[in-house]
Amino acid sequence: MRISLLTDIHANREALAACLGHAASVGAERYAFLGDLIGYGADPVWVLDTIASYCAGSAICVLGNHDEAVLAEPRGSMRPDAQEALTWTRARLHAAHFTFLRQLPLHVEVEDMLFVHANALAPERWEYIQSPLDARNSMAATQCRYTFCGHVHEPHLYYMGNDGQTSAFTPMPETPVRLSPQRRWLAIPGAVGQPRDGNPAACSALFDTASRSITYYRVPYDAAAAAAKVRAAGLPAALSTRLQLGQ
Amino acid sequence: MMPLSSGTIIDGFRLVDILYRGGMATVWRVEHADVHIPLVMKVPRLEYGDDPTAIVGFEVEQMVMPALSGAHVPRFMAAGDFTAVPYIVMEFIEGPSLRERLEKVPLPVAEVTMLGVKLATALHHVHRQHVIHLDVKPSSVLFRPSGEAVFIDYGLAHHNHMPDLLAEQFRLPMGTGPYISPEQLRNIRNDARSDLFALGVTLYLLATGERPFGNPSSLTALRRRLYRQPPPPRLLKPDFPPWLQEIILHCLEVDPERRFSTAAQVAFDLQQPEQVPLTERAMRTSGVRFSKTARRWLQSLGAAPRASHSVANHLASAPIVMVAVDVIAEMGALSEALRRAVRRILISEPDARLSCISVLKTSRVAIDSNVDAEGRNLHVQRLVELKHWARPLSIESQRMTFHVLEAPDPATALIGYAQANHVDHIIVGARASSALRRFLGSVSSRVVAEAPCTVTVVRAPATAAVKETRAVFT
Repeated sequence: MRISLLTDIHANREALAACLGHAASVGAERYAFLGDLIGYGADPVWVLDTIASYCAGSAICVLGNHDEAVLAEPRGSMRPDAQEALTWTRARLHAAHFTFLRQLPLHVEVEDMLFVHANALAPERWEYIQSPLDARNSMAATQCRYTFCGHVHEPHLYYMGNDGQTSAFTPMPETPVRLSPQRRWLAIPGAVGQPRDGNPAACSALFDTASRSITYYRVPYDAAAAAAKVRAAGLPAALSTRLQLGQ
Repeated sequence: MMPLSSGTIIDGFRLVDILYRGGMATVWRVEHADVHIPLVMKVPRLEYGDDPTAIVGFEVEQMVMPALSGAHVPRFMAAGDFTAVPYIVMEFIEGPSLRERLEKVPLPVAEVTMLGVKLATALHHVHRQHVIHLDVKPSSVLFRPSGEAVFIDYGLAHHNHMPDLLAEQFRLPMGTGPYISPEQLRNIRNDARSDLFALGVTLYLLATGERPFGNPSSLTALRRRLYRQPPPPRLLKPDFPPWLQEIILHCLEVDPERRFSTAAQVAFDLQQPEQVPLTERAMRTSGVRFSKTARRWLQSLGAAPRASHSVANHLASAPIVMVAVDVIAEMGALSEALRRAVRRILISEPDARLSCISVLKTSRVAIDSNVDAEGRNLHVQRLVELKHWARPLSIESQRMTFHVLEAPDPATALIGYAQANHVDHIIVGARASSALRRFLGSVSSRVVAEAPCTVTVVRAPATAAVKETRAVFT
């Protein structure tokens, strides 16, 4: 079974459409959306309708902090442009979208795989995984051998030996890496809708449960069109610029 | 782990018999109903108290092998998890193993050269796939019935695009005593030139019957190679060819920067002994001594962290470039255009090697005389012209070689040369088109169509007169 891993879509229709097309072309049989479906981008309705239609099939979807914040005022503080985008988004969603978001779980386990948006130690606290220590805490909090998560917008791969020693690796696109069942792995595909590593191409990954191998991808999409929509919607200009720069 | 015996079936693979039982793994001959090539299954020997590097090494091999393909590696078929029976199923390579040749060392120079070309060719193909073997030695090499060398045993390998499980987990150097490179002793695992060092040790052993650094067992004894040069082969065998000593000691330089850049360059030099640029290394006859360059390298290691190496970038920065030069007198403006194209590539890639080739066309049927009407040797004459053409390039002589090929069909000769010498980039001139050329097909168009690498076709700039004429009529 080949599972396409898509996270931090952030209402970017162009990026999501490109990633879904790409995933189909590399043989994806199932889809996992790892949260932050909306926020920042200009197409929340299309993105939610599309993901909901995948979920009517076999897709997995978990809640992200932006998804939660659109349902109710966030507990913690959000950056002003994120806050502004949420207010804008909330005004455009219909009842069905709120219903869809409200039923999303914080995490999903399938066999030896855990799907979650942020650090699995306490998914509802939305903590980032930014170091081997964070990754270790997350992996120690689950029985699952493989953790797939988002929240961090750059692609990463962490792995932990039986002695708890955890290391970080920066994945190379298009190279399948076998994730040995001898250790625990935590894979962050990187953001579909708002990459921040200086490369504007959308991030995605594909996990093959038969060969236990993961392949990271960078999918080019029309970032200029997505950025233009953000500007046209009257959303903060910085949210538009960063799409084209990948920052 | 379940006990294994003949007839046991694991994931559809039926065990036939044991081919080899080693300290680290057992190799079974296996069959599968859907696979019609001979197969083997490698099962690690994992017992309580075993060396943990062996367990991680098997994980590494399971990671790296599926990423490799081609004639110089065993074809990967399947891997089994540690939860049931850990295994790797791969194509059975009948052999022989290079190890068997060790009974006959020292081998004749011609055989060492032939084996060296095969090993370097195979290594280059592995490196091109982003993998550094890190355990090159005679027992890691098998030969196919068709003659190609195949590298096996990837338990210590480093894949440039995958997590290095061994580097993260272990702090002791990993390798095989006689063959391990100085930088591996320093826990550097991402330099493809480590394999060239081990290749040098292997060639030294095949050619002299001795190991250049003996068979050290302690870490202190291993570290001796960091500051002591090996005895030059000419000390052991006074008639040892200087060019072969040059190649072997070039591989064995302590500082990887002073070694060959790529395995392709080693193969290239082994195939043109008469053109190997001889340095002080070739003539060395004195024994072991302290190496100043090694000391500098060691100091530099302590001083600054080394940049991470990309195998692909490294190979790309040291290409073998071949320029095909036609009859010089007839080339006109193309002659300079060709030099300009060569200069552009060599300036951007300072580690590139340039091979200048000219083809002397021979008749398919008649036996050609190799002297012209004035009694001059045509081959020598062409070589002189070729060197004359290259002189304005002002490239250091050790980066350049010259060859005149004699063949009835220039395109076939050029393509064959490029294949045999792992040429990365061919630069070839195209003369102005003519009716006859359109009918026969030009050399350059055949090279473009059939060459195994990148080809740049160079044309002389159109003359001003032609442009003006066009300007008048359009």
